Amino acid sequence: MIVSRRWLEALIGKPLEGQDVADRLARQVAPVDGVVPIHQDLRDVLVARVLEVRPHPNADRLSLCLVDAGGNAPLEVVCGAPNVEAGKAYPFAPVGATLPGGLTLERRKIRGVESNGMLCSAKELGLGVDQGGILELDTEAPPGTPFLEAVPIADEQIIIDVSANRPDLLCHKGVAREVAVSLGATVKLPNIGDSTHQSPKHATTQGNVDGVRVSVEDLEGAPRYMIAVMRGVKVQASPSWLATRLQAIGQRSINNIVDATNYILFEINQPLHAFDLAKLRGPAVVVRRAKAGEKIVTLDGVERKLTPEMTVICDAERPSIVAGVMGSAESEVSAATTDIVLECAYFQPTRVRRTRRALGLSSESSYRFERGIDMLGMPDALARAIDLIRAVAGGEMREPPVDLWPEPQKPRSVFLREARVSHLLGVPVPRKQIEQLLSAVGFVAAPKDERLAVQIPGWRPDVTREVDLIEEVARLRGYDSFPDELRPYRPGTVPDAPAELTLGRIREQLVRSGGGLLEARSLPLGPADGPDAVPIQNPLSADEAHLRSRLLPGLVRRVEHNWSVGNRDVRLFEVGTVFRRGKRETGNVPQEELHVAIVLTGARHPPHWSDQGDAAKLPDMDIWDLKRHFELAVGVAVPECEVQPAANGPGWVAVPRAGAEPAGTAAPLEADAPRWAGPLFGLELTISTAARSLARYQPLPTQPPVVRDLSLVVPGGVTAASVEAVLRREGGTLLERLDVLDEYRGAGLPAGTRGVTWRCTFRAPDRTLTESETVAVLERMLRAAEATLDVRRRQA
Amino acid sequence: MLTDLDLTMPGRRQWRGGLHLVTQVVDEICDVFRELGFTRVVGPEAETERYNFYALNFPKDHPALDAQDSFYLGGDVVLRTHTSPVQIRTLETYPPPIRIVTPGRCYRRDPFDASHSPVFEQIEGFAVDEGITFVDFKATLATFARRIFSPTTKVRFRPSYFPFTEPSAEMDVQCQICGGTGCAACKQTGWMEILGSGMVHPAVLENCKVDSEKYTGFAWGMGPERIAMLRHGIPDIRLFFDSDVRFLEQFR
Repeated sequence: MIVSRRWLEALIGKPLEGQDVADRLARQVAPVDGVVPIHQDLRDVLVARVLEVRPHPNADRLSLCLVDAGGNAPLEVVCGAPNVEAGKAYPFAPVGATLPGGLTLERRKIRGVESNGMLCSAKELGLGVDQGGILELDTEAPPGTPFLEAVPIADEQIIIDVSANRPDLLCHKGVAREVAVSLGATVKLPNIGDSTHQSPKHATTQGNVDGVRVSVEDLEGAPRYMIAVMRGVKVQASPSWLATRLQAIGQRSINNIVDATNYILFEINQPLHAFDLAKLRGPAVVVRRAKAGEKIVTLDGVERKLTPEMTVICDAERPSIVAGVMGSAESEVSAATTDIVLECAYFQPTRVRRTRRALGLSSESSYRFERGIDMLGMPDALARAIDLIRAVAGGEMREPPVDLWPEPQKPRSVFLREARVSHLLGVPVPRKQIEQLLSAVGFVAAPKDERLAVQIPGWRPDVTREVDLIEEVARLRGYDSFPDELRPYRPGTVPDAPAELTLGRIREQLVRSGGGLLEARSLPLGPADGPDAVPIQNPLSADEAHLRSRLLPGLVRRVEHNWSVGNRDVRLFEVGTVFRRGKRETGNVPQEELHVAIVLTGARHPPHWSDQGDAAKLPDMDIWDLKRHFELAVGVAVPECEVQPAANGPGWVAVPRAGAEPAGTAAPLEADAPRWAGPLFGLELTISTAARSLARYQPLPTQPPVVRDLSLVVPGGVTAASVEAVLRREGGTLLERLDVLDEYRGAGLPAGTRGVTWRCTFRAPDRTLTESETVAVLERMLRAAEATLDVRRRQA
Repeated sequence: MLTDLDLTMPGRRQWRGGLHLVTQVVDEICDVFRELGFTRVVGPEAETERYNFYALNFPKDHPALDAQDSFYLGGDVVLRTHTSPVQIRTLETYPPPIRIVTPGRCYRRDPFDASHSPVFEQIEGFAVDEGITFVDFKATLATFARRIFSPTTKVRFRPSYFPFTEPSAEMDVQCQICGGTGCAACKQTGWMEILGSGMVHPAVLENCKVDSEKYTGFAWGMGPERIAMLRHGIPDIRLFFDSDVRFLEQFR
């Protein structure tokens, strides 16, 4: 909501400071997005008084003026306007001034005479159309006064972020009410013309006003509906005070009738609609639901299809207004209009909201109806609108307005307990102060049975229960007035979520692993990444129309992004939620799982000068770096799983020992890689949030180890893992460690075999192993390997 | 031989990993609240309208829903627009006293720009017990702000509106860039908004069958990305999602 500072001043009756108003509103009422001065492009313009007017020596249509612009000496200025007159004040742009549109004035000769500035017209100042030359100022301000200080167009827009529950702040009166409380002032609507109050004629669903039949068939859509008829209005441009008011808040001035209704909307939050009586068939006004298939061409020239969910205002034949949203081009007030029908209504908020959404059409009116206007204030609003129209467009009202209100409502009351105020706010607030604070913004509080019965003004639909009044007390007293001392509290009953603890531990372990993994947080939206990907019904774009069912595709896109900016060494991990289409019985709720994924590409470690630029000493990461990270990730994310070679292609799977679905895989990845990129690897795992078993202490060895290296010839098709299994079985408890030292393929070995060397570490917990004991175990291991796998000791 | 070693030559390096800045900020915030007695809980990212809106006292067909433009997955299932549904899930499961913080990913139908992301992190806090007051609420959040920014940081509370709190408030901290004197970052106000909050609306308690006469509470929500941007001078929220390693390495 944009509020004009000057408009507020007119309501409060005292000068205001835009920023001060903004601060007061922010502290007690609603957030303020900014204070924007308007007409700042006129700050160079001064008020000047013309002392003398002489004819220009070389031109008939120009005059030579002696101008007092506040300086030491009068200035000579050439002027082409016919209306320039000695003794009068005009806006004056001195040499060096910049005018709206960016023109900067220079001293220059006009027809041989030097002109020291320019007397300005309204058009030159961006203030509207010229009315016969330069703009005559009705001001007592001394010459040299800045124009913006002398005339009432300088203004500030205060931009308020009005929340959905405070429709009362969508008008100047409502904002002024709050500002006035803070200033200790009162709000009074400025006089806008003679008031000719005629009480409306009450009726239920049908009435007559000045020959127009009015009936409401859709009571739910329009619970209160008022119509006035004014005859003999003259449609023309608005007087400048009215146009200025509207322009100051960014509204276009259209004509005096439309401007008058807009003025009332922005002054007291009552949307009104004026339409041309001559174009009204019947003449009748019928409020009803639209019929299926009915159409209307709205003011913006678009033909719109209506449905029975919408309320429309019709004449005797067809719809002319979509209730609360927009009128039709056909019924609009035009220059030829002399008699108008003025509608003042309360349209049901939900109905307006649904209609507005269905038509994709919103207006200042629909915005207000959706939030709820003051149903009790309608007669006053209509009376004021009539006064204003009479003042700016003439016309007369031959009969009082008709007021169709079949179920009149009384002001609501809400009870407030004094004790509950301090119970919730934490400090005692005396009853007297409560009453004062509430009454300042229009609540009427009266004691009743140990409580306060608080009557709610019609403009506060948001206040429906006790706690709403307590909020009013808190904010009007000022949130700053409450202490912020920490007081004792009881510990809660809710334990930490195991998933959070698990994710935290996984993140920490991956970062600490020494592999240089950086955590990524990628967007969980993207193209479908699998058959179970969950589609979004209203995506922002086709590229982001699915939730991820895996982390890797998103991470690969992040690697590609890094490549695109020239980063070659990329090691990323992510932990997060993935989604899969839910089972039928759970409706549309997708299944959520926690995953961890890693992508690796580029050098295994950073270069160092001692490598002498030797490429062999700066290798790229390979599949064994992938296996390292996979084993690490499995260890922290799914410790119950075992890493096994994948059945198809190079890579691994993590298999739960129970023997179910794999928990994840690791493999080389394809990507859109530049030529200079290293190979890319990735892994992804489903995280298990099962409780971890505690590590048990293993006694530290007291006896020395015996270390022997075993070089074996391994036939094709025999895996290291199967050899190790045999060696461990035979090595028994004495074999403490078994580590692969190297692998050799090539000359000196039978075709189709390879040489693998294991380092065996033997130790007995209670004694030093003798040489013969060690040899005996080694022999057993070798015999078993040969017997079961045809693996023999390699002859040196 | 060792006498001519140039000891200014660089030492050996290893790759060094690190947590994402947003994770660090989330952890830091949760740790501050842990000292104030809050445990860390989470909830699902896909929710029904009931959990995301209606149990939280959003009126049906009301303009309050406009600020929460949601992604729909079909029927009444939405991607949560805030972590507030965890309030409801917790109230349905545990008896008061409740003191929880709930970090998590949230979704709103805002196109990506420098200050908006369709996906963002939120941390919400929630306390319910007998006798919790507006003073406790202010004290807890002011303590948090002084811990996460600096011990002398000033805070102020301003009226606001959220359907699930009453009274509602936004908390500002003294601008961390100009120190409160006014600059472009704080629009010359000297303040920066960091969280929305308030006393738990009794309707929320009632919707979860908790006695709203007996129990009161407070709740707040904030955006760790925004706090990280304020604290570290990061101009564009998209940097958090790009995963450019040169960005990630700045905050290891």
